[in-house]
Amino acid sequence: MDVSVGKPDEQEYSFTVVKWFSISAVLYLIVGALVGDFIAWELAYPELNFDNPYISFGRLRPLHTNAVIFAFGGSTLMATAYYIVQRTCHVRLWSTKLAWFTFWGWTAIIVSAVVTFPLGLTQGKEYAELIWPIDIAIAVVWLAFTFNFVMTIANRRVSHIYVANWFFLSMMVMITYLHVVNSLAVPVTLTHSYSIYSGVHDAMIQWWWGHNAVGFFLTAGFLGIMYYFVPKQANRPIFSYRLSVLHFWALSFGYVWLGAHHLQYTALPDWTGSLGAAVSMAMIIPSWGGAINGVMTLSGAWDKLRDDYVLRFLVVSLAFYAMSTFEGPVMSIKTVNALSHYTDWTIGHVHSGALGWVAMVSIGAIYHMVTKLWGKDIYSVSLVNTHFWIHTIGTIIYICALWVSGIMQGLMWRATDDYGNLVYTFAESVVAMHPYYVLRAVGGLLVMIGAILMLYNIIKTISSGKQSAEAAAAAKV
Amino acid sequence: MSLQEKLEKNVWALMLMTAMVVSVGGIVEIVPLFYLENTIEKLNKEEDGIRPYTALEQEGRDVYVREGCYLCHSQMIRPFRDEKERYGHYSLAAESKYDHPFQWGSKRTGPDVARVGGKYSDEWQIQHLKAPRSLVPESVMPGYPFLEDYIIDHTLTEKKLRALAMVGVPYTEADFAGAAAAVKGKTEMEAIVAYLQVLGTMVKFQEGKDYRE
Repeated sequence: MDVSVGKPDEQEYSFTVVKWFSISAVLYLIVGALVGDFIAWELAYPELNFDNPYISFGRLRPLHTNAVIFAFGGSTLMATAYYIVQRTCHVRLWSTKLAWFTFWGWTAIIVSAVVTFPLGLTQGKEYAELIWPIDIAIAVVWLAFTFNFVMTIANRRVSHIYVANWFFLSMMVMITYLHVVNSLAVPVTLTHSYSIYSGVHDAMIQWWWGHNAVGFFLTAGFLGIMYYFVPKQANRPIFSYRLSVLHFWALSFGYVWLGAHHLQYTALPDWTGSLGAAVSMAMIIPSWGGAINGVMTLSGAWDKLRDDYVLRFLVVSLAFYAMSTFEGPVMSIKTVNALSHYTDWTIGHVHSGALGWVAMVSIGAIYHMVTKLWGKDIYSVSLVNTHFWIHTIGTIIYICALWVSGIMQGLMWRATDDYGNLVYTFAESVVAMHPYYVLRAVGGLLVMIGAILMLYNIIKTISSGKQSAEAAAAAKV
Repeated sequence: MSLQEKLEKNVWALMLMTAMVVSVGGIVEIVPLFYLENTIEKLNKEEDGIRPYTALEQEGRDVYVREGCYLCHSQMIRPFRDEKERYGHYSLAAESKYDHPFQWGSKRTGPDVARVGGKYSDEWQIQHLKAPRSLVPESVMPGYPFLEDYIIDHTLTEKKLRALAMVGVPYTEADFAGAAAAVKGKTEMEAIVAYLQVLGTMVKFQEGKDYRE
């Protein structure tokens, strides 16, 4: 990056909105994990549904996915995007007012999701369940966020746009595109509508959205986070500029094709699923290129892992990123997909990405930002270490439980005896899942406890009077 | 100056380039599905019994969507031997052509229901929805006894069918006219059972015919 001309002082940046988004993100992580863990227990012990419509699995599951993806993930993205764009462009946000609009707008959307889902108000498309008026609100807030971000870059005081911002931009462009196209519907009432697409077309559009919510929202955006915080925390430049360029363009180009691999062997034409699978395999290259780029940034600074608690979260998140971007392509191969599709293996895969990659890189970034934004040392390093281990162990328990249950499910469903009869009834496969559903719920519980420790630690950090040495030095200058 | 360098110095160019790059996949992979004729199978007269849902079935479908049934039950049978044994003939795209939104699902915490129509009696379905474990002790499904208490709002049914007609479901004026009367006084339980009982029953499959060439 070029040397800046007239870099503004710390207090000239709009950081208050970043603070609010950061704290919200931690709160939503707890709420999202709480709802997720509750429905995990419902699967293990169905009596917990209490025959009550408002807390039944089918209504709370969208609340869980939306809370973690859009509330936790979205708030983290807005916090980090606003933080990174100011730091890397050496300029204040284009509009602080617009940033506050995005904060309150996003908060209102999340509150409305918490109200509407238990009431059974849904559009019935996975990861796009919110009813149409909320969809419009999302589009408005998202565009305001995008516009503010782009205008801030346009005002930058450095000549080149830093790589983290490319990834954020790509996310903003693609999510706008996906959200609008996938959500097109004809309203019947204020709370009810029908998708304009039907059957096979709706399936393809929906999974184009579904997989790119993963690819752009949960990957491109969080890679933006990675490309800023890993070099910053390691205090080294990113390992390879060329690899960043490759990573960026190949990822933006490729991810878009992957949705079809969710529809292998369905009534979607065979060529479409095969094309999706072929591009999925190729995606190992940019994904691993990016993971290597992040991890190798630490070369020569590996000793920092011993005592840098933020770096530990970031590096382990990259390990999970590499693992799940290998697992995903494997699962898109038709012969593997024939077994894995419809089973818990898919859910386990999603969580290795969500808990291992997205949550860990976010947690690392938020710990980093909190100490910088408030100019304080973290209240308790040992509590962060506890959080690190409890989160890692919880995630591993979760993933392993669902590997076993998913593969077992797939094998039990297809097992036939010597005469060609099915060996197991469906109900027998449900019984076999029980111990793994309990284990999964325990794993989720650990992740939630970790998030509560994080919130406590952050509150204590903010409320403690002690300035960090770095902030004190900056104040003297 | 390389193209990459130009893009890195101009945010508008970078955005435009990104927008172009992310569009390719959708144009090549998705757009053709809307105009290629073989995306939805052509069925002959004897086979094709696919019709729009009746007013009551559609109301039942709305309950199915509202309760998030698709999160645990798929409606998409794949062409595998075990799925044929367990669920029946593999699903056709034609069978969900009037489904707004599609409910193929992505997870089988419970079994596929694409061909559950006619498999059990109405009484069985009602009892199972009210108290799943009274019939299937191993089940982890939530109970839905409250569906018997909720009466369908018949004043909305015609509007619903008209909205579906707008997006291509071939309802007739007679369907609109009779919509309210068809569902008046019915419970959500009756509606969802009517929907479940029609699932997968509209096509008369011919033995040995390959529907997916």
